[in-house]
Amino acid sequence: MDVQHPFSDTEEALPDPLEMPALCPGAMAESKPYKATDKMQEALGYPGELVENWKEVAIDKLGELLGKYRSLKVYLDSCVKCGACTDKCHYFLGTGDPKNMPVARQDLLRKVYRRHFTFAGKYAPWLVGAQDLTEEVLDDWYSYFHQCSQCRRCSVYCPYGIDTAEISMAAREIMDTIGVGQKYCNEIIGKVFTVGNNLGLPPKALKATLEDLEEEMEEETGLPIRMPLDEKGADILLVTPSADFFASPHMEGLMGYAKVFHASGISWTLSSHASEAANFGMFIGSYETMREVSLRIRKAAEDLGVKRIVIGECGHAWRVAYSFMNTLAGPFDFLDPNYPVPQHICEFTWDLIEKGELKFDKSLNDHMRLTFHDSCNVARASRMGDKPGGQFEIPRNIIKATCNHFYDMADDTIREKTFCCGGGGGLLSDEIMDIRKKGAQPRMRALAEVQENHGVTHMAAICAICKAQFSKVLPEYGFDREAIVSVHQLVSNAIILEGANGGDADDDDDDDNDE
Amino acid sequence: MLTMAYALLFYVATLVLVAGLGYRIWQYAATPAPLKIPTTPAPVTRSGVVVRMAREVLVFESLFKSNKWIWAFGFLFHAALAVVLLRHFRYFQQPVWTVIALVQPFGVYAGFAMVAGLVGLWVRRIIVPRVRYISAPSDHLMLLLLVLIGASGLAMKFVAHTDIVAVKAFFLGLMRFDIQPLPADAPLLIHLGLVALLMIIFPFSKLLHAPGVFFSPTRNQVDNPRERRHLAKWAARLETGRVDKA
Repeated sequence: MDVQHPFSDTEEALPDPLEMPALCPGAMAESKPYKATDKMQEALGYPGELVENWKEVAIDKLGELLGKYRSLKVYLDSCVKCGACTDKCHYFLGTGDPKNMPVARQDLLRKVYRRHFTFAGKYAPWLVGAQDLTEEVLDDWYSYFHQCSQCRRCSVYCPYGIDTAEISMAAREIMDTIGVGQKYCNEIIGKVFTVGNNLGLPPKALKATLEDLEEEMEEETGLPIRMPLDEKGADILLVTPSADFFASPHMEGLMGYAKVFHASGISWTLSSHASEAANFGMFIGSYETMREVSLRIRKAAEDLGVKRIVIGECGHAWRVAYSFMNTLAGPFDFLDPNYPVPQHICEFTWDLIEKGELKFDKSLNDHMRLTFHDSCNVARASRMGDKPGGQFEIPRNIIKATCNHFYDMADDTIREKTFCCGGGGGLLSDEIMDIRKKGAQPRMRALAEVQENHGVTHMAAICAICKAQFSKVLPEYGFDREAIVSVHQLVSNAIILEGANGGDADDDDDDDNDE
Repeated sequence: MLTMAYALLFYVATLVLVAGLGYRIWQYAATPAPLKIPTTPAPVTRSGVVVRMAREVLVFESLFKSNKWIWAFGFLFHAALAVVLLRHFRYFQQPVWTVIALVQPFGVYAGFAMVAGLVGLWVRRIIVPRVRYISAPSDHLMLLLLVLIGASGLAMKFVAHTDIVAVKAFFLGLMRFDIQPLPADAPLLIHLGLVALLMIIFPFSKLLHAPGVFFSPTRNQVDNPRERRHLAKWAARLETGRVDKA
């Protein structure tokens, strides 16, 4: 099976993905994303600038959240500072900044909690490390709560399941409430409210894009493979991240979904009202925003009269859809009860593969030797299929059904122990490229290992953020920027469609497909 | 005088421990968890969650995944503490249950194991830079307190014997509100004073991890959000304004 790789004889060992850095206090203190403008803030109902009595407002908000979220309350109380999480965050491994250790990140909020809400912190702050909320503390909050991608890797290892994501969501909500929001997230949420998607792509432009893609697929296959928009009475509403409409390798994935739907014969449609699967309300910790964005999907499903909802390849979108949508926008009793609401596109495709309804020519992916990056929110905050862990098996099964060469990365870097790509949780913004690049380091090292040991050339993923992030950082680590592919891109390459041009899949098409 | 002081101390400590812990548990139970956030893969049934929680509480599964040293010292300390606590039951019951009688010889070794585990954790806290960085004075003092409790307890067995028959009479008396004299031995007084202190600070300290773990949503939730709608009361109130289209 293994091909001799040109570098496999080199003496120098590759660096360990989990290698412990030396502590570098303050290394990333100046890594701050751009702040939201007053207009972006106000569009979400937050103050446009730092309010005058911000300390009181912040403490009040913290008090409110403590009453609304058991996770926050229990997690701020329960930490024993055992150190189990200290070496688990990809941003810590990549930077060595001790405030990127999950417990230290939590402590930025915990010390204020202790000062204001606990007996010991009120009367003996020095004893328990309690601290007043000051400008310096707020400054640290802004830097370091925007260096958490809410990937939950720390929560896997904590003996009490403390999830730093819950803490950073609360901290971001508090900061929004006092007028200190982050531009990237808040601007994008504003676009979803006004236009319907993160990109601000209006329906007309969306329609034109889809028509272009239809043409492209017709040229390639000779078949009228459709990408319907706003078609009432379709069986399935597909909600996918808007990156699928314009970026690469996302679009190649979208064409894969369309081909699967085509082969299945089941009617489907996209919606211009809910032309976005991503839900950045989660990143800023706002239940209300998350709910409003989710209700757009419900409304689209009702207006179009569909029977099922399927979600495209997107990590945190799948978390919100799988774990929260029933809560936020349910009950979905107007949909077909024979199918889970929502369904992941991978569940949909794998189901058809298991029934033998899809046929593939795996050799059409032979120019690639693949590995799979488990996207953090899919891995640790959702499921696919009936069994726990289906979120790991189903995408791998699809890859194995469509490709001849698949190799997993090291065990402690995949499945529930997977790393964030480095750009999740609202960090996919160019002004913080430094932390994004450093946060990707563990994954890049794990990739280098399978490149060396198995000649792996490409890494597949099922998340728009992972795909965008890797396209940017792969070259920084000496890989080809196109080494990141969509899982449904592999499906698209290998699927045999009845009546297609040279339905026997002649090899000439191969290079074109790969473009 | 001394006896009365210690009797009073233990009444107060017990009251603080029970009321304080009760209040915390009520708080945790009363605070809603509005979203489904189990760390997945997670059990899809309630009984599966019970098994997951049991693994977490009895063998510290997540900690084992994380770091074998912390797990070894932490598990040693907690397991030994459990045996030591069982051994101490004999001071509060007459006749003594068979289980408690059987545990007695192991309890002595457990006393050493407990102190060894604590020392291991403390050494890590001092020499591992990451753990030193996250430690507050209270984290060191808590270890000091527990080590002193263990050491003073062992001192009564191996250095200066205490009249344990009288100690037992004291505690049985306390439970019947019939105060009996407490021997005035230094190790005993230190031991009991520190235990009372531990009981008092329990509800105000990181020792809340003990009840906290049972309320951790990432560990105690069933992974079934698609099958069952989960809705907190405050979140349900947001829905009254919703216009559902037919």
